[in-house]
Amino acid sequence: MESCNCIEPQWPPDDLLMKYQYISDFFIALAYFSIPLELIYFVKKSAVFPYRWVLVQFGAFIVLCGATHLINLWTFTVHSRTVASVMTTAKVLTAAVSCITALMLVHIIPDLLSVKTRELFLKNKAAELDREMGLIRTQEETGRHVRMLTHEIRSTLDRHTILKTTLVELGRTLALQECALWMPTRTGLELQLSYTLRQQNPVGYTVPIHHPVINQVFSSNRAVKISPNCPVARLRPAGKYMPGEVVAVRVPLLHLSNFHINDWPELSTKRYALMVLMLPSDSARQWHVHELELVEVVADQVAVALSHAAILEESMRARDLLMEQNVALDLARREAETAIRARNDFLAVMNHEMRTPMHAIIALSSLLQETELTPEQRLMVETILKSSNLLATLINDVLDLSRLEDGSLQLDLGTFNLYAVFREVLNLIKPIASVKKLHVSLNLAPDLPEYAVGDEKRLMQTILNIVGNAVKFSKEGSISITAFVAKLDTLRDSKAPEFLPVLSDNHFYLRVQVKDSGSGINPLDIPKLFTKFAQNQSTGTRNSGGSGLGLAICKRFVNLMEGHIWIESEGLGKGCTAILIVKLGMPERVNESKLPYVPKMPTNHGQTAFPGLKVLVMDENGVSRMVTKGLLLHLGCDVTMVGSSDECLRLVSYEHKVVFMDICVPGIDSYGITIRIHEKFSKRHERPLLVALTGNTDKVTKENCMRAGMDGLILKPVSLDKMRSVLTDLLEHRVFFEAI
Amino acid sequence: MDLVQLQRQLVDYRTSLYHEGFLDEQFTQLQSLQDENNPDFVVEVVSLFFEDSERLLNELSKALEQQIIDFKRMDGQVHQLKGSSSSIGAHRVQKLCIVFRNYCEAQNVEGCLKCLQQVKHEYGIIKTKLESMFQLEQQILNAGGSIPV
Repeated sequence: MESCNCIEPQWPPDDLLMKYQYISDFFIALAYFSIPLELIYFVKKSAVFPYRWVLVQFGAFIVLCGATHLINLWTFTVHSRTVASVMTTAKVLTAAVSCITALMLVHIIPDLLSVKTRELFLKNKAAELDREMGLIRTQEETGRHVRMLTHEIRSTLDRHTILKTTLVELGRTLALQECALWMPTRTGLELQLSYTLRQQNPVGYTVPIHHPVINQVFSSNRAVKISPNCPVARLRPAGKYMPGEVVAVRVPLLHLSNFHINDWPELSTKRYALMVLMLPSDSARQWHVHELELVEVVADQVAVALSHAAILEESMRARDLLMEQNVALDLARREAETAIRARNDFLAVMNHEMRTPMHAIIALSSLLQETELTPEQRLMVETILKSSNLLATLINDVLDLSRLEDGSLQLDLGTFNLYAVFREVLNLIKPIASVKKLHVSLNLAPDLPEYAVGDEKRLMQTILNIVGNAVKFSKEGSISITAFVAKLDTLRDSKAPEFLPVLSDNHFYLRVQVKDSGSGINPLDIPKLFTKFAQNQSTGTRNSGGSGLGLAICKRFVNLMEGHIWIESEGLGKGCTAILIVKLGMPERVNESKLPYVPKMPTNHGQTAFPGLKVLVMDENGVSRMVTKGLLLHLGCDVTMVGSSDECLRLVSYEHKVVFMDICVPGIDSYGITIRIHEKFSKRHERPLLVALTGNTDKVTKENCMRAGMDGLILKPVSLDKMRSVLTDLLEHRVFFEAI
Repeated sequence: MDLVQLQRQLVDYRTSLYHEGFLDEQFTQLQSLQDENNPDFVVEVVSLFFEDSERLLNELSKALEQQIIDFKRMDGQVHQLKGSSSSIGAHRVQKLCIVFRNYCEAQNVEGCLKCLQQVKHEYGIIKTKLESMFQLEQQILNAGGSIPV
């Protein structure tokens, strides 16, 4: 046996040591073999292991170490060279692998360590997120509370409910001990405790508003922590317990005078209410930021809800007021209507009833005047006549005035001779004036048109009234009447701002001035002149007569004529001037002054004299049929043509207003058709008018037509004008027989 | 010929027709019925008259050639002709128709024949004259002018 190349001295094998080494090597090998197996097993079990090939390396390293130790077992005894070489190979390999592994570990170990740190980091992060999550959830909860609160607040429009709900919900959400609302008093100088959560009947505590703490709270729109010793926070008698933290927030109140007229002075500063919230005492709770935010939000919402409630209250009140007023107005209107109706009925009756006896009295008295009377009797009769005339005038005036006021009076417009009106007035007034020895003069301007369009009768009545007044109230002197066309600058009177004259081409303004040198009028009395029944007392003339209605009626007439009337006087004894301006129309042509202004006959020129008038024409002769059709078409009629009696009977209907029949053609029994048409239309107004067209000028034809029941007869040839006038006559009178 | 001359010619021609008794005022009436709604009214009516009259004249001729003359029927036809001619204002034709009718009533064949000849003659003249007048009017319209009334 060759000896090995081992360097170790050849001791005699120490059995025990040898044995121990032998066993240890064996166990080391075992361990070294089993470690990789374990590794493999557990790695296979675990899902993830990033460094597989490191494992392989490590495994190889261990296996080789194990192999080395195992092979060592054989080297305790004499061993052959093969074993020695195997041993060497194993050791070399082991050395290589170990070095590589050692090198690898330099890279890997830091990585592994960092994994550890990352794990730690992640754990911390997870914990932090958990905390934040908790926070968010709390906030979410709070937000939900706010929304619910807002919903509760907004769901009612009653101010008390709003405030009570706010306090209750806040108390519940934030688990408050006490929650209170202080409202400013009317004077605005104090805050009054209005609502609390726990105390049922808040005693009317008041706190002056200009407390520094309160000012601080009012000056910011955030919830402010205040000291529990502040007067607004001291709601309960201080006890043994530690009061919890208190927070106060302002609630802006929209000023009610924005919505209705208030007799309070406008406060330049906004008004606020104060909401005070107290955490439970003896608890370690603190006000958190999100809770403060909640409080602020709620305060804003409350402000809005309160303003809505205020607006609603206001509008409800206004509406109630309006309804009441409406009812009252309705009642008043109905009463007024009843009154008017009663008055109209009365007038209607009295009109007739009063006039009849008056008429009798006047007529008979005048007749009596004509008979033989003694002077005393004559005087008596004259007085009776005068008084009854006055009474009659009064009745007429009253009735006229009431009609004027109703607005039922309308002017009778017509073309008349203006100059004649003035001459008439002069003629009427001259006798009385000459009796009183008054001189009357009339001045008509040269540019005054001779003819004018207006209500002649009423204009004369007005002018006569004014001139009459002038004569009546003058004891001596003269009266001058001037009339001219008013220019724009003279039209405006400062005392009548509502009189706005408008000049236009076919109208002119007539200005009449009546100046007298009589007793004059006190300027203060002038406004009363035109009012009804206000007799001027200061004249003191009992014999002046007159009902006091004259001027009132004149004013109404002048107003109807779109004019203006007024009186100027410088004072008692200084005479007065009456001025009237009325709007009159210019006549179109001078010739027309003889004719009525509105022609009664409508002129029928033009095509559509009878637009759409449905007629039926029956004529056997084509040519004359066509000519008649042309005629009627030219007049705008809707013509149906028939050439035989059967066709005529077939087509005639109630829509046709006239049927023209040519009756001189033998073969057509026109009279027969007439009778049949009469039978067809039983009602007279539905039946068309039957007109015969004939060239026969004998009376027999005419008689036959009339007997047969025809409505008309026209002789041919028919000209356009003739047809037109015939149709007009026919439609108006429903019959037309031409004179033969 | 220029427009103005044409128009003058038309007016003269028309006036002559009235003067000579060919047309009466009924024709004027017809013309007054012509407007922008009915621009060819006169022409239409006159054309219808020509058709009608020719038909009637033929029938009358035929009737008078018969052995047994139906005077009643003839009377009706003459009446028609009279109506047509009076409708358009063909004055002479109308006058002759009246005479014709008298002969029919009297059942005078000779008279009828004679009258028929006269009617035909007159009808021919008026037809020619009216046709020339319409031609003149058409010429004026083609030249861009308007018919003088």
